[in-house]
Amino acid sequence: MKIVACIKRVPSTDTRVKVGADGSSIDTAQVEWIINPYDEFAVEAALRVKEAAGAGEVIVVSLGPAEAARELRTCLAMGADRALLLKDADASRRDALATASVLAAALRELAPDLVLCGKLAIDHDQGQVGLLLAHLLGMPCVTEIVKLSVAGGTATVERAGDGGTTERHEVALPAVLTCQKGLNEPRYANLKGIMAAKKKPLEERDAGPIAARLEVAGLELPPARAEGRIIGEGAAAVDELVRLLRDEAKVI
Amino acid sequence: MAGEIVVVAEQVRGALKSAALQAMTAGAQLAAQHGTTALAVVAGPGAEQAAPALGEHGAARVLALDVDTADRAAWAAAIAGAVAGLQPAAVLLAHTTLGKDLGPRLAALLDAPMASDCIAIRSEGGAIIARRPVYAGKALVHVAGAGGMLVASLRPNALAARKAPAAGTLESAAVTPAKTGLGDVLKEVLASAQKKIELTEAGVIVSGGRGLKGPENFAMIEELAAALGAAVGASRAVVDAGWRPHAEQVGQTGKTVAPQLYIAVGISGAIQHLAGMRTSKYIVAINKDPEAPIFKVADYGIVGDAFEVVPRLTAAVKALKAQG
Repeated sequence: MKIVACIKRVPSTDTRVKVGADGSSIDTAQVEWIINPYDEFAVEAALRVKEAAGAGEVIVVSLGPAEAARELRTCLAMGADRALLLKDADASRRDALATASVLAAALRELAPDLVLCGKLAIDHDQGQVGLLLAHLLGMPCVTEIVKLSVAGGTATVERAGDGGTTERHEVALPAVLTCQKGLNEPRYANLKGIMAAKKKPLEERDAGPIAARLEVAGLELPPARAEGRIIGEGAAAVDELVRLLRDEAKVI
Repeated sequence: MAGEIVVVAEQVRGALKSAALQAMTAGAQLAAQHGTTALAVVAGPGAEQAAPALGEHGAARVLALDVDTADRAAWAAAIAGAVAGLQPAAVLLAHTTLGKDLGPRLAALLDAPMASDCIAIRSEGGAIIARRPVYAGKALVHVAGAGGMLVASLRPNALAARKAPAAGTLESAAVTPAKTGLGDVLKEVLASAQKKIELTEAGVIVSGGRGLKGPENFAMIEELAAALGAAVGASRAVVDAGWRPHAEQVGQTGKTVAPQLYIAVGISGAIQHLAGMRTSKYIVAINKDPEAPIFKVADYGIVGDAFEVVPRLTAAVKALKAQG
């Protein structure tokens, strides 16, 4: 069974965002880079599916700058068998459609049985690539899965519906699934894994020209919230709070 | 009419979601700015009953599609089939569980770029421009489709629903989309133990954090929420501790919410939590620690013991509601 996990190199969650000189992207000078956390669930899920099947291959793919080879090595250290870096120095500026197109071309060649990615990337927060990729590959897609089992060419998954409900889907493979928090706890690469990763294949290719379909007209910091105030201490302040919520904020 | 603004409106048994009415309002306003009209598309049992409300909120036309909504790929194909020939300037959806799924499928079928989770959308110089948060809301970008149609999903509660009556002429279309051959079968929907208000669409949220000291103390959060008709939220700490389900987590790795009123109880206000709720219209913080970062974003703060403040607040809210 051939399983592909797609990952993205993104700024860490505690990055302080500054507007870059071009006014349409962030200043990356002091950014710490990590594997998109939701993609870690995807890599872990791929490894578990392979382990449960007793055989197979896990390939990790990323569209990213040359430095993203580091993130791919980490996935190899976790246990993936090989990695493919589609190199683009401007990868993070690509919109979802442009990204999915590049990934789809590479994945078509690989002909996977299962494709896993994170539900969204924490830089752009769009959550589209999984569905777009599935469309381009002609595969079904279920997003935001929190449970996964694979047997006999079918994936059985669960995801959250509205109001606390749970949906259960059965999907015929090959399929694309996007991963939500709660699906699993990604393993840490241990020393043995890190050593083994050095010998595993990591292929690098140029991503090729990518046509951007979404233009960024500008990037700005969000407006600051108006100063609030502490209105009092303890239960004694409650009546004043209720008054303010009713008369000033008019929300109750 | 070419260049219409299409709004995919989500309804359940004839009743439109508030997020759908917000999207309809946004679509109607956008259409007016863009010099065109708005077309609403609805599907599922009861779709036709939603037409009057859509008309009231600005739909010039309402298209009711007869399609099996359990198959989202087929549903998206039906919508795309119905609107592609119209060459809409934009296709809007609410950024709900459904919208997050249908939107990108529509974008792919229509070969159009999509902007997700937008907080504003406008027509400027003949182009449709959307504003949306990135980096967990630490920045905002303005994006436009590079020549042509834009699909955009709108964050619930980012925009208000408003009546702006238009013709709302209802048209129905029975659709038999070619079997997509995409083998995804929705087997069953398991209801949760109690009917819960969907967090991302709630107008009021009461959220609890580690300051509550234990899962049993969430009972008073639930009681306050019930009194307010609010949804219950939670910080990452209490979800990781197993006190509350992940579905209630508000924050960078949880849900992003923008209610009219967000009450944070015993939540310190870590950056990752703020990322999920900082665009709430009004924020109330109740915390023992006057230095807690949450007070910096709160419109109204009470420094005190949650175990004294919350029951008192619940009683006061109940009394207020009783006065009617």
